[in-house]
Amino acid sequence: MKVSLNQKILSRNEECAQKNKAFFVEHGVLCLNFISSPGSGKTTTIARTIRDLKDKLKIGVIEGDIKTDTDAQKIRAAGADAIQIETRGACHLSAEQVYNAIKALDAETKDVVIIENVGNLVCPSAFDLGENSRVVMLSVPEGDDKPVKYPGTFAGAEVVLINKIDLMEHIEFNLERVLADIRVVNPNAKIFQVSAATGEGLDQWYEWLLKRAGRSDD
Amino acid sequence: MHETVVAESILKTILENARQTGAKPVSAIISCGQFNVLNDEVMSFAFETAAAGTFCEGMTLTVKHIPMRATCKQCKTTFEFDIYHPVCKQCESGEFDFEPDAPLLLEEIEFEENE
Repeated sequence: MKVSLNQKILSRNEECAQKNKAFFVEHGVLCLNFISSPGSGKTTTIARTIRDLKDKLKIGVIEGDIKTDTDAQKIRAAGADAIQIETRGACHLSAEQVYNAIKALDAETKDVVIIENVGNLVCPSAFDLGENSRVVMLSVPEGDDKPVKYPGTFAGAEVVLINKIDLMEHIEFNLERVLADIRVVNPNAKIFQVSAATGEGLDQWYEWLLKRAGRSDD
Repeated sequence: MHETVVAESILKTILENARQTGAKPVSAIISCGQFNVLNDEVMSFAFETAAAGTFCEGMTLTVKHIPMRATCKQCKTTFEFDIYHPVCKQCESGEFDFEPDAPLLLEEIEFEENE
């Protein structure tokens, strides 16, 4: 006997993601889901963004890591509220974890909630967290083959941040190739070349962020 | 590794259905798209592990990969897009419009026939 279901497999996650989405819409909060490999500079970029925009945006951060709260500490040191989720082995965050973190963060009092997902370019992209926008990061030392190796992840990004651009003169990195590979799977992605260490290129990222959060001057 | 979560989620649904029908499940078919892709070997292993010791132990799981259709912006040819070889099959250009990717679906469960 065959039973036809055609049921969405991650429906529980999706139902919870819809609740999160509704929350962000209701409270006019912009939620960004940051996805990248470990070590690409997510935390450093988020911390610098918090410092540089402290007079313009109230940012709260949800940190996902397998273990430790070191990232949340770095965010708090930058002057923002942070909730750490320890996934204890899980390689991605789920919508339910984010739902609980939203409450703990008093997310309705923020302009922007940034979710820093577990460092991993594969699994996080399969789990909608209810975010308004996905930001995928890659960094120059990781190599220029990331978009072609992980096309599904780059396909879902509204923004791609290419970080550690200051290291390009020291490392063989074909920027043209990276840009072309992203364009193939995601022709509409906004791509910013930045260095969270030197500050290079961050003004364009900030301009996008302020505009997307509805806090732009123009 | 998200295959583990997918396996647990499928198992839960199959066990619920098995309880309702009272029959033993023998096989199931799931499907995924091109961007939200599942690895066949990892998926089988994850499901086998999750199902061990349950009513679903020994079930076979089939993963169907649903192609995504893309239209070339240059020559307007529509074809099945290969994410790992992203060039137009007609003119070899690399700019496309995509149709939506297929979601992760539990399509069908087959149960043993009751005597």
